[in-house]
Amino acid sequence: MTHRRDAGGFVPRILAVPAVVGLALLVLPLSALVLRVEWSTLWADITSPEALSALGLSLVTGLIATVLCVLVGVPLALVIARAGRRSAALLRALVTIPLVLPPMVGGVALLFLFGRTSWFGGILAEWGIRVPFTTGAVVLAQTFVALPFLVLALEGSLRTTGTAYEQAAASLGAGRWTILRRVTLPLAAPGLIAGIVLCFARAIGEFGATALFAGNAPGVTQTMPLAIYTAFNGAGVSQGTAVALSLLLLVTAVGVLLLVRAWRAEAPR
Amino acid sequence: MRRRSTAALALATLAVAGLVGCAPSGAGSSGDLDLSRSSAPPDNAAPELSGELSIYAAASLGTAFDELAELFEQRHPSVDVRPIVYDGSSTLARQILEGAPADVFASADEKNMDTVSALAVAPEIFASNTLVIAVPAGNPGDVTDLASLADPALTVVLCAPEVPCGAASERLLDAEGVAVRPASIEQNVTAVLAKVAAGEADAGLVYATDVVGVADVEAIVPEGAPDVVNRYPVTVLTDAANPDAAAAFVAFVVSADGQAVLRDLGFGAP
Repeated sequence: MTHRRDAGGFVPRILAVPAVVGLALLVLPLSALVLRVEWSTLWADITSPEALSALGLSLVTGLIATVLCVLVGVPLALVIARAGRRSAALLRALVTIPLVLPPMVGGVALLFLFGRTSWFGGILAEWGIRVPFTTGAVVLAQTFVALPFLVLALEGSLRTTGTAYEQAAASLGAGRWTILRRVTLPLAAPGLIAGIVLCFARAIGEFGATALFAGNAPGVTQTMPLAIYTAFNGAGVSQGTAVALSLLLLVTAVGVLLLVRAWRAEAPR
Repeated sequence: MRRRSTAALALATLAVAGLVGCAPSGAGSSGDLDLSRSSAPPDNAAPELSGELSIYAAASLGTAFDELAELFEQRHPSVDVRPIVYDGSSTLARQILEGAPADVFASADEKNMDTVSALAVAPEIFASNTLVIAVPAGNPGDVTDLASLADPALTVVLCAPEVPCGAASERLLDAEGVAVRPASIEQNVTAVLAKVAAGEADAGLVYATDVVGVADVEAIVPEGAPDVVNRYPVTVLTDAANPDAAAAFVAFVVSADGQAVLRDLGFGAP
């Protein structure tokens, strides 16, 4: 019997069967979606005012949420990566919560914090600030669910690179800000970029928390996922648009993931 | 490595910016609507109204309120009626209680209007509706009456009991002594209709007005349906950002012109 000692490795060949089943489970539903697309009306469906408004809203809020995630997520990842083992474990668990919770729970939680019937929301309301059911609420909901993707990706990257280069830089007289800018962040760049891209992809796909916390007002809080849901339930834009928008979201997601892959391939070990 | 990733990021940003740039022009393409507006005769009696008007309305009012809003904008060209938020009345009531920025709320039943009674200025009944059994074109499940919905071989979808169409369905089924095990409970009536129209369900209970003009769906009027009537209230909300326009819109809905629109779409008299 001959063993090929190349990249094929020693995986039992029979495992190819469940692997193909698993792959089919992922690929077939998406193919079914593509088969349902009405190519003749695709362009008109995507460029209808309702669809464009949902698409524009998704992209704008997704970008703002990603910027917010960078502003608070990078410091958070730095703190976790350089914290002691126990506090890092605790912080990491806290950051992971939105990943494992159903997003709807996040929406309810946000509503209970900012809603008019809550103490904090009540104070804000007295100042004339209303958060739920605004475009701002969409951004907050997206930030809530997308933040873990950035923090965990960057934290992993920071932890892998370690502190040896930072110590060397410090011994040569570099200040903390200089080290952060010239050593720490460039070394962790692959993780940071992957985190940012995943964060953006998650933000524009957000549905559950947005539906509860921001509602479904066309042009104000109706993002692409909500427009797809509304259309599929027979109201608002047509079902053709629902399929067209789904395809657009799918293409965007695949594109984003391929971008991450491209960056990772170039990343230093 | 860094240069390429920067370039790719810049490219992605550009692409995104390009797409975003399309959005306002798409939304702003309502300019062609303005032409039709200017030809409409102004309403002499009404005071000068302006600003934005936000309407939250029951899902079953979709067609009717889109039409009413358009007529209202023709009479008051300076008022911009925002795209109307349609959903199950209980969802809308919850959102309004939590501070959703609505000027007008139209519910498909009085119970959900009561939910927001603290915020409702003066609810007025403006329409009524009854239930029908909706079946896909050709009636593949051979549904004949309410009792056939109890057949476990049929896929039946209903509205959730919290939303008006669900509450009415429950009343109707109870009154006729029919026990149904729905395959799905939907949050609003359009979701039930969409599943029947797509052929995914053999039958569903929806409003008589929902099936008017829908090609893929046939309606069966069940026994006892005329006894279960939903009455639709509409109100200005105390928090309305534009109370004058809101009051004018409510007045328009209950006016003879508004009632004619509703009657044409199959709604019953208040």
